Amino acid sequence: MITYLIPALVLGGCGVLAGVLLTVAAKVFHVEVDERIEKIGEALPQANCGACGYAGCSDYASAIVQKGAPTNLCRPGGAEAAGKIAAILGTAAAEVVPMTAVVHCNGDCNATQTAFAFDGVQSCKAVKRFYGGNGACKYGCIGLGDCVSVCEHGAIRVVNGVAKVIPSLCGACGQCAAVCPNKLISIKPLAKHIDVLCSSGDNGKATKLVCKNGCIGCKICEKKCPNGAIAVNNFHAAIDYDKCTNCGACMEACPAKVIHSCEK
Amino acid sequence: MKTMLVILLSAMLTDNFVLSKFMGICPFLGVSKKLDSASGMGIAVTFVMICATLVTYPIHHGILVPNGLEYFDTVVFILVIALFVQLVENFLKKCVPSLYSSLGVYLPLITTNCAVLGVTVLNIDNNYSFGESVVNALGAGLGFMLALVIFSGVRKKLEYADIPETFKGVPATLIAASIVSVSFMGFSGLFS
Repeated sequence: MITYLIPALVLGGCGVLAGVLLTVAAKVFHVEVDERIEKIGEALPQANCGACGYAGCSDYASAIVQKGAPTNLCRPGGAEAAGKIAAILGTAAAEVVPMTAVVHCNGDCNATQTAFAFDGVQSCKAVKRFYGGNGACKYGCIGLGDCVSVCEHGAIRVVNGVAKVIPSLCGACGQCAAVCPNKLISIKPLAKHIDVLCSSGDNGKATKLVCKNGCIGCKICEKKCPNGAIAVNNFHAAIDYDKCTNCGACMEACPAKVIHSCEK
Repeated sequence: MKTMLVILLSAMLTDNFVLSKFMGICPFLGVSKKLDSASGMGIAVTFVMICATLVTYPIHHGILVPNGLEYFDTVVFILVIALFVQLVENFLKKCVPSLYSSLGVYLPLITTNCAVLGVTVLNIDNNYSFGESVVNALGAGLGFMLALVIFSGVRKKLEYADIPETFKGVPATLIAASIVSVSFMGFSGLFS
């Protein structure tokens, strides 16, 4: 009996002693934490996505209180979180523009082919490293879903070989944009639903050769846009969402049908 | 006095815990980006090493050995180390908040820093006396700090160096660490 009792007593005694010491130390070195930081932390969605530019939700919460960081930076939380934070701080709620991610590629299986079969690790990153990817178009969506696996909101699906964002689920945290090896994903205001679904850096002829849905860089959209919101750079059109008014003139004019309304 | 000096210097230089025994690599790579956090971490680890030795030595020889409980060494030592790490953390949070936030997660990780446990266990294994143990802990801590401080200088140079894309970041850091480690081999045989 004693052989079991002594070890238990020794270890238990050490534990109790350490516990008492720590409790005393915690009292002596107690630091007053601003209770607003804790409350703001609770108001944030705790996705720890880093879209606000701070290292996680708690870091952002303390930055709001201590450094006066803007209250409307949380993208997954959106207007709801901004409103709660403003209420905690007692300030007027800052305006929040709802954002969403969009994949600038429409090269699905019907439009383009693969150049070779890839048997390695099935991730976009790995494929991209191997001769720049296995797609006929080196700029398009590889379709193995690196973005799907990082998305914490389940807002991305790979449909027919191309990643698609479901805007109603998207938290616009930007994780997918960071992980896409072809940099096809951008974060844009949710209300601006006209998008160019091609990012090809090849000229019109080369693009058409490999993908039926590719932008040929004809610049008709540039001429048709009443607001100067669309411009062709590096052989494909891109929309300046600050100027775009959702009129759809470019969409109707586009001969290659690469401009789509992604309203959903 | 002479043995004390030999123990101190050999723990610091010839048997440097990071660069010769390869203990405590995690904070060595994690906290050596800036000089001030490197020296802060070095001081924290030195403090924990000395305090842990001050407590574990009497526990081992006073309580564990008489009761034939030497097999409890690891458990009890880790308990003591965790206690001191928590104390240091509380202290820094209150008194040096800037250092507390720059050390970040590496501060609680001293608990599982094998260099700290290594010192306390090696003190027992080498049959050091109480005084020698404390001096050994001091030397080990100073050696850890020396390695961190030297390496923070190396890393600063590394940031401006033109490194091939493949080696950027961790690989280049590890290669630099190995070169620093090789340079410490020059001390071997100094005190034997």
